[in-house]
Amino acid sequence: MMLYVKNISRIITVALFALLSLLPSNASATIVEGTVNSSKELNNFITHHVKDAHSWHIWGENKTQVNADGTVNVLSSTAIHIGLPVILIDNGLITANSDDFNELRWIEQDGDTTYYAQGKINETEYIMFHEKIYHLGSGLKLDEKGHPTNSRPLDFSLTQNVMSMLLSVVILMLLFLPAAKKYKKKGIVSAPTGRQNFLEIFVVFVRDEIAKPNIGEKKYARYMPYLLTIFFFIWLNNLLGLVPFFPGASNVSGNIAFTAVLAVITYLVTQFSGNKDYWKHILLPPVPKALYPIMIPVEIIGTLTKPFALTIRLFANITAGHIVVLAFMGIIFSAKNIGWAGLSVPMGLFISVLELLVAFLQAFIFTMLSALFIGTAVEEHSHH
Amino acid sequence: MDLIIPSEGLLFWTTIVFVILLVLLRKFAWKPILGAVQTREGNIQKALDSAKDAEERMNALTAQNEDLLKQAREERNVILREAKAAGESMVAEAKESAQKDADRILVSANEQIANERMKAVVELKNQVGKLSLEIAEKILKSELDDKAKQESLVNHLVEDVNLN
Repeated sequence: MMLYVKNISRIITVALFALLSLLPSNASATIVEGTVNSSKELNNFITHHVKDAHSWHIWGENKTQVNADGTVNVLSSTAIHIGLPVILIDNGLITANSDDFNELRWIEQDGDTTYYAQGKINETEYIMFHEKIYHLGSGLKLDEKGHPTNSRPLDFSLTQNVMSMLLSVVILMLLFLPAAKKYKKKGIVSAPTGRQNFLEIFVVFVRDEIAKPNIGEKKYARYMPYLLTIFFFIWLNNLLGLVPFFPGASNVSGNIAFTAVLAVITYLVTQFSGNKDYWKHILLPPVPKALYPIMIPVEIIGTLTKPFALTIRLFANITAGHIVVLAFMGIIFSAKNIGWAGLSVPMGLFISVLELLVAFLQAFIFTMLSALFIGTAVEEHSHH
Repeated sequence: MDLIIPSEGLLFWTTIVFVILLVLLRKFAWKPILGAVQTREGNIQKALDSAKDAEERMNALTAQNEDLLKQAREERNVILREAKAAGESMVAEAKESAQKDADRILVSANEQIANERMKAVVELKNQVGKLSLEIAEKILKSELDDKAKQESLVNHLVEDVNLN
């Protein structure tokens, strides 16, 4: 059993590093945001940083020259990035590397020069525009709002956020599996030591402050694995997002897809846990029968607003934190005056420290509300 | 706008990664940790309970000991009191018997003294009587040596005899 656990964590580690050994390369063609010279560019820079990406940019930038035919020459580059796997479903499974988008192009969007990359995968030309992959077709066409009108393949790429998420899984495994092993090996006779002690505080916190009060003494145990997993998964990804350099700095828990998945899982767990009283309250609410056509849809929508609120709350809190920190740092560059660091650094530090608190708080709130929703679904009513 | 539109890729991978994470942690982390924590809490509760039990038993024992002590003290007091009383009565008895003896001795002594005195008195009387006789004899002898005197005495005695 021990060996098995060890093997699993090793396999995951090896797999992750195998993927990462697609190796940092001196990018000649990947889009790297240039210098921030105006508030508009600052805006683009921030938006780019809180979004997911198909390659993992570590540092540096390109010096480029745009040509009239839409091509871009890279004059020099200090940019280092890791190319990540691109997986597309487009008449079959297509795998590639983000470095395959190796031709830089530019187009005028909103009166600005916007860079995008073009590449040939399996004889088909694709373009990557604002980290979204489109068919090239007969060229990139933008509608009046600046959105591409080209069609898109389904994109299941292992993006920066997926990699960051896998990193968080590895960290969680490395944190918890040895601790769990210690419990098994030393049993319960010895006092917990080191990491065991630290982790146990939070495990017991989730149990005593979140699960028990919201779900109830009798039924909480079934939901503990789920609550513990979302708590630590969200918290760790929040914290990794606050690390300003590789391999942190991804905005995983501030990505709406991430928060939506967790919220939907909470929703499903809640609905599948629902007992007779819960469904009776939704399908046969305690109102006159004439109001059923109004009340039943209202009750059903009521259940749907909960995961929606969960999704938005976590996404908005984490993304907002990132935006504020980036904005403070960006002031220095958009104002082109290092004097602004006197304001930006203390304020950025303050927000970062606040974000440390928010990282924990949002993990706690998400878990707490999940427990609360589950609690209402499994609650026994003695009368109704 | 891109920010609030979830991408299908990340939705897919998040689901996969989360489910795998949940399964792995559930089996290899949460079960052993929660189990151990619960067992330990149970043990601590048991230990606390038994400590409380022991304390209660200790208290009971102490109370019992105090009772015993109190009883012993009372018994001692009783014994002391009895001993004191016995001693006092013994002393009193001894005094009484001594008094009696003394009285008896005194009485017999008095009696003896009286007897001795009586004896002495009798002896004295006898001696006095003997002496008187001897004296009378001597006197008579001397008196009756002389014929004339004898006759006068006889005469005198005859005179005294009144022949009525």
